Amino acid sequence: MSVIQLAGIERVFHLGDSVVHALAGLDVSIDSGEYVAIMGPSGSGKSTLLNLLGLLDRPDAGSYHLEGRDVTTLSPDEQAEVRSHRIGFVFQSFHLVPRLTAAENVALPMMLAGIPAAERAKRVEQALKDFGLDQRADHRPDQLSGGQRQRVAIARATIMQPAVLLADEPTGNLDRATGDDVIHLLEALNQRGMTLIMVTHDQKIGGRARRQLMMEDGGLKFDSARQAPAGN
Amino acid sequence: MRKADVLRFARDAATGYPLRTFLSVLAMAIGVAAVVVLTALGDGARRYVVEQFSALGSNLVIVLPGRSATGGFSPANALTTTPRDLTADDAFAITRLPSVRRAAPLAAGNSEVSANGRLREVVVAGTTSSYTAIRSFKMAAGSFLPDGDWNRGQPVAVIGSKIKEEIFGANPAVGELIRLGDRRLRIVGVLKSVGQGLGMNTDEVVFVPVAVAHSLFNTHTLFRILIEARSRDEIEAVKRETTALLKARHGGEEDTTVITQDAVLATFDKLLRALTAAVAGIAAISLAVAGILVMNVMLVAVTQRTGEIGLLKALGARGATIRDAFMAEAAMLSLVGALTGYGLGLFGAFVLRQMYPVFPAYPPDWAVAAALGTALTTGLLFGIMPARRAARLDPVQALMKH
Repeated sequence: MSVIQLAGIERVFHLGDSVVHALAGLDVSIDSGEYVAIMGPSGSGKSTLLNLLGLLDRPDAGSYHLEGRDVTTLSPDEQAEVRSHRIGFVFQSFHLVPRLTAAENVALPMMLAGIPAAERAKRVEQALKDFGLDQRADHRPDQLSGGQRQRVAIARATIMQPAVLLADEPTGNLDRATGDDVIHLLEALNQRGMTLIMVTHDQKIGGRARRQLMMEDGGLKFDSARQAPAGN
Repeated sequence: MRKADVLRFARDAATGYPLRTFLSVLAMAIGVAAVVVLTALGDGARRYVVEQFSALGSNLVIVLPGRSATGGFSPANALTTTPRDLTADDAFAITRLPSVRRAAPLAAGNSEVSANGRLREVVVAGTTSSYTAIRSFKMAAGSFLPDGDWNRGQPVAVIGSKIKEEIFGANPAVGELIRLGDRRLRIVGVLKSVGQGLGMNTDEVVFVPVAVAHSLFNTHTLFRILIEARSRDEIEAVKRETTALLKARHGGEEDTTVITQDAVLATFDKLLRALTAAVAGIAAISLAVAGILVMNVMLVAVTQRTGEIGLLKALGARGATIRDAFMAEAAMLSLVGALTGYGLGLFGAFVLRQMYPVFPAYPPDWAVAAALGTALTTGLLFGIMPARRAARLDPVQALMKH
């Protein structure tokens, strides 16, 4: 069953006099548990698409069904609720809160969702252990390496057990070896059933995904699920 | 988000930027401290005056020669002309009134006292034995003026402690003779030091029987008549009866002014309360400035933490949650500032009291409540705008700014 269903999505930006169609007539359906890479040149609309999927942005036209529910018509507070429970974000620049420790950063989504402190502590401990960060729980972001920071960010993105994990260039600020570790981590999460959608301009990383979406000028140029790759 | 978590988050955010937090707390603290110290000063002045008046004696009614049109207490009373003088007989008649416990005439003038080979300018007060009871004076040695016929003064005197000090030093003064003008008087008592009392320092006064003072100054008028009512409730009766009596004695002319200590006190009290309130108002401006500074600081915080706000939204924070967190932070800055300022203000008042022990510089309760209340209100009020701005940030834009 499809976890994400986009139909006729339009997103228009007005920059001064000019009108930019960041997304135009986009129809995409993503099934639960899929591993999707969104690729394309800068300005092709891939970040806009990711923001839209994460309910950080609203389409000007079209409909977006998340787990069968039309989320474009929800109120801002209802959207926040959906972001809190159903969507996890991983960013290129990690976006950890600098004054909070690794454990506190991981606990942040649970704190925002109003989960009691005792429950939070239990889940954070488990998550840090799972991500090999149990020795770093009390470290602040500036005391962590890039790879550790991104692992903290992934632990934070998944702590609420979301249906969809959205990753925006998750290896963009990391060297090759550390980046590979992060990719393996994300793939392991995907193998356990989490839908993974990753924006990347790195062909090698994008190629690892089971499905590639190539964006160009706000539209979908290529979808590996529809056009079977050559040789198949 | 739970309330405890909002508070903890706000606290961590505030302590995460120590300089910014310190400066806004300092501004708020100075504002509150200013209110506390200045009102302590104003209210201290009020209390000081009230205490000085109370030192005059209790249930006191004062008769002044001359009529003031308004009947209130004003410097103009001293300037009005006197058609008929107040006399010792007037004072004696007043002692017979039913509501009067005791009354004492007071004639005043300047003269020179010489004794022991020393000469000094002094204030001479002519009165009677009842004066000491009305003013509740205490004797350091001997006794006050003796009872007796008001019109036949014995050649005796009671001196203030400072005069005794200056003329006789450590030697006993009672029984010694002094020369006052052209009179030779025997000292029968020395007053205990009472300090300043309404401009007239009792320590530097020589008290003599009223008849002696009159013949010394060659007059028969009185400066004041001091009356003590039988009770607080009878002060008004004393005032009424005295006015009627003097009017009858002065040929139907109301040419005296009867004031009660309460009325004088109330006037001063009102005046100094208004002064304190005005000073508090001026100090409150610094509170408003502090409030604006807190707003400024919070606006900077919103700009500084744009990325964080975007992240919180991405992690599922509602606008209201972010608004609450920023409001809580502004409230904390104000609260800590206000409490620090309160402490500083109390310390300032304490230092004032140490420097001027006679001055009861305690901040009044209303001023403390008003200062703390205003600080918190301005902090919260000025926190609303930045908090709302934070809550309204577009998460996509906010995240890009990181």
